Amino acid sequence: MINVERLSKYFGKFSVLRDFSLEAKPGEFIALFGRNGAGKTTFLRILAGLTRPSSGAVRIGVPPEHTPRQARGMMGYLSHNTALYADLTALENLRFYSQLYGLPHGEAELESRITSVGLAGRGREPVRNYSRGMQQRLAIARAFLHDPEILLLDEPFTGLDQSGTDFLKGYLSQAHARGRTCLMAIHDAPLGFELASRLVVIDKGAAALDIPQNSTNLEAFQDEYRALAQER
Amino acid sequence: MNIAPSLRSDSMPGSMAPGPPAGTMLTKIWAIFRKDLLIELRTKDSLNAMLFFGIVVLVIFSFALESVRDSIRMAVPGILWVAFAFSGTLGLNRMFAAEKENSCLQGLLMLPLDRGILYLGKMLAATVFMLFSETIIFVFSLVFFNLTVWREVPYLALVFVIGTLGFTSVGTLLSAISVNTRLREVMLPLILFPVILPILVMAVESTNIILNTIDYRDLKLPLTVMSVFTIIFTTLSYLLFDYVLED
Repeated sequence: MINVERLSKYFGKFSVLRDFSLEAKPGEFIALFGRNGAGKTTFLRILAGLTRPSSGAVRIGVPPEHTPRQARGMMGYLSHNTALYADLTALENLRFYSQLYGLPHGEAELESRITSVGLAGRGREPVRNYSRGMQQRLAIARAFLHDPEILLLDEPFTGLDQSGTDFLKGYLSQAHARGRTCLMAIHDAPLGFELASRLVVIDKGAAALDIPQNSTNLEAFQDEYRALAQER
Repeated sequence: MNIAPSLRSDSMPGSMAPGPPAGTMLTKIWAIFRKDLLIELRTKDSLNAMLFFGIVVLVIFSFALESVRDSIRMAVPGILWVAFAFSGTLGLNRMFAAEKENSCLQGLLMLPLDRGILYLGKMLAATVFMLFSETIIFVFSLVFFNLTVWREVPYLALVFVIGTLGFTSVGTLLSAISVNTRLREVMLPLILFPVILPILVMAVESTNIILNTIDYRDLKLPLTVMSVFTIIFTTLSYLLFDYVLED
């Protein structure tokens, strides 16, 4: 589904990713761990087509691979940046993105999407009036409006309260159960461990650890993760 | 609260569907334009600044050229286009302001569409905003400089439209480039004015021919230059837009 070979990214002389390789099979849920600046966000942005790699190859889909434009249609990207227009209402935001995705969603469908993220009755309010957590909920509806096969998640729990966190956990668990491929950058080891089927630790721009979730337990993983972080 | 929102099961992984069905290009351009228009109607951030600045330019010139009031008609083409260009630059500086907030540009770049469509939608919005402010500034100029131009209005409208399209064809691309720079308000005029100089010179020349001559046959050359410039830069910008938006 996703094949990344010897990916490198430099910002000037500073290298963020160095010969990073990773293969994600359809339906895998990969949690990406690592310290700040380890290269998690850059990696996800390259996959999403938001940043060009300095070298290396990214292939999305089984052969024949998709063009970057087709690949974007298969992906949904959710980060702590909501990508919502603050002066539009929730409904207008979803209608705008729906039109650009070329989706046939009518008013009722968009309303139901807003309701499904726990914002029933708030669809006609400007997003500027929303709290951070409400905006993040709407961002979930926006990012996955086209029901993507690949979910790219960069610290998606940022700004969510407990019920929002529960909601997103439920959504991601269901997406995983339905066979969606998920790649999630996260600092919260217990949460990442709970959701993922594979655990990858990125350190100094390369994969320092890559193991199936069911091959370890949370305590052992956290010990290993801490040891890797202290080695720096 | 529903904690398990619906996921369609008809596009399972592995099916390799090439993304959602594409809507028409015009529908998408219209959606981008409509979004910018809605935001502008609510905030009035750009239009207020553009109109205020344009009218202030007219007031300054009106006082400065008081002593040559009898031949003011000769100076009006230059004054008008200075006001249009400066107020238009203010508008272009705000063109991607909504996209900057909450990283909306990231949301747009993730869309499975030709990124040139984003350019055309933004260019359309910039052109409409600029033409609107130009109309108001022009009406004020008639009052300040005591001009009578009923016969010339259709020709002036043609020059304003072609000149503005040339201005925004370059301006929209350069606004997208400068939006991620640290000194974007300073950067945009610095890179914009040298490029659009031919358009401005030809627009002043055309306006001068309309306001100060009887024979309009001389309009052919400046209008052709402006049209060719606009077509070349719109095509180039459409093709390059994909590259200027990525990191």
